[in-house]
Amino acid sequence: MITVLEPGRSTSLQDRGREGFAHLGVPHAGAADSLSLRQANLLVGNNEYAAALEMTLNGPVLRFEVEAVMALAGGRVDARLDDAPVPMYQSVAVQAGQTLNCGPVRTGVRSYLAVAGGFSAAAVLGSVSADTLARLGPSVLQGGETLAMQARRLQQGWYWRTPPEFRAQAVVRVVAGPHAEWFAAGTYDELLHTEFEVRSDSDRSGLRLAGAELTRASQNELGSQGMVSGAIQVPGDGRPIVLLCNHGATGGYPVLAVVIAADLPQLGQLRPGARLRFQSVSREQALAALQVAEQDLLHGLVTADRGLLAARSLIALAKSHPELRAAHLRVDGRQVRLRR
Amino acid sequence: MKFRYFGGSALLAEVASSAAAQQLRHALLQADIVGVRELVPGYNTLLIEFDPLILDMAKLERRLPKLSEQPPPAWEQREHEISVRYDGEDLQEVARLAGIGIAEVIQRHCAPLYTVAFLGFAPGFPYLSGLDPKLQVPRLKSPRTRVAAGSVAIAGEFAGIYPQATPGGWRVLGHTDSVLFDAGRAQPALLTPGDKLRFRPLP
Repeated sequence: MITVLEPGRSTSLQDRGREGFAHLGVPHAGAADSLSLRQANLLVGNNEYAAALEMTLNGPVLRFEVEAVMALAGGRVDARLDDAPVPMYQSVAVQAGQTLNCGPVRTGVRSYLAVAGGFSAAAVLGSVSADTLARLGPSVLQGGETLAMQARRLQQGWYWRTPPEFRAQAVVRVVAGPHAEWFAAGTYDELLHTEFEVRSDSDRSGLRLAGAELTRASQNELGSQGMVSGAIQVPGDGRPIVLLCNHGATGGYPVLAVVIAADLPQLGQLRPGARLRFQSVSREQALAALQVAEQDLLHGLVTADRGLLAARSLIALAKSHPELRAAHLRVDGRQVRLRR
Repeated sequence: MKFRYFGGSALLAEVASSAAAQQLRHALLQADIVGVRELVPGYNTLLIEFDPLILDMAKLERRLPKLSEQPPPAWEQREHEISVRYDGEDLQEVARLAGIGIAEVIQRHCAPLYTVAFLGFAPGFPYLSGLDPKLQVPRLKSPRTRVAAGSVAIAGEFAGIYPQATPGGWRVLGHTDSVLFDAGRAQPALLTPGDKLRFRPLP
């Protein structure tokens, strides 16, 4: 169990989010930077989408009431465990009674704290994510509350080979959106040639951008339709909004472009004032980039236990080949088997 | 039917009617294609969101025309009755805009058998098609910061019901005690796309 001494600015439990309920108007929610969530979880031996704490701009102060293993990933925090600095992107042992003071998030916007075994909370529609738009799931952390954790054998000595860096400028890749005829000719090129600035009214639902007023060919209302994370919507005032994880299930503004899946995690780390550019790619390139990102994730985690890494490779293989029924690998004299 | 590419992980099918969107949705549910994550009906559209690492977009695209032409699989079509207290803050203004009396607004709002075209905006918020053309008035110029849960409202060609208190710009005709969304129920949303609905005035 963990006691929340100070909640931080906006700290919440997040996992993969709610899938399969968008047709009922339920947002996905989930981690704004899913890559950092997955890395934090992998570092403590969890399922990569186990619930972890997402902290925003200013982290919480937490007291561990039990022994645990934790890991921090995402935007850099100068966290201290009692008085000792805590390295990020590696698993760290915590003694019962120790206090973790996360402090301000120095780069990016959000940091993720995972504990071995994961946090446990009542799932709502299959997820414990705090949905800040539709108000589903737990609320953001409050001072004095306690967080339950799953009991789990603790393993240490994991670290990330090359931790990412978060900068105040980014280039993300997009593919052209579905509503080209709603825009004046050349508007997509204008999007690509503009350096945008992230506005301070951005949140987990979307990044609001300043830098250009994009020209719509029609001021009519688009019929409400299903939306995806990364969609770049253009309202009547021409100032684009990039939808993030906690966007509404449907929306009524035309979509000029869509940020590719591989680059979505970066969007969750752009703070107000950050500079953002868009680069156009094909759908084939978008898929290739996602495959590369998934490969990088598999190879980023480093541990002395090669058997565990082999098991992870097999799981990845099974994901990309749904027809695969069984496979095995021999590592250091041990057999690692996969069976469906 | 026409398809639009909605990024690398979704296709948007444009269909002729809300019924056609329901038909395609149920054909896809029945086909149970591995990698499909969401099937979201909208205004004469169906968004098909999928995991591109599992499902090849070209393959999905090839299958869709056939699926849309299939006779619709049988699915449960439910009919609901929603009791309304016609005490909404915009009742009088809607009557004025429509050039009719309040009694006629209520009568025209209760007459149709509505169809849940799709849900959106908030969990369980239904966009109900079938609104009397006389009642098709624009939404408020400036949205309210808070519309109470259970508000029965109209905007443009749709009728709707607010499941929870939210900001909103629809014109409120009345209120209902029906609980439209409760995440703790086996069926969290009272209404699902394709359901039929009638409003009944409370004395």
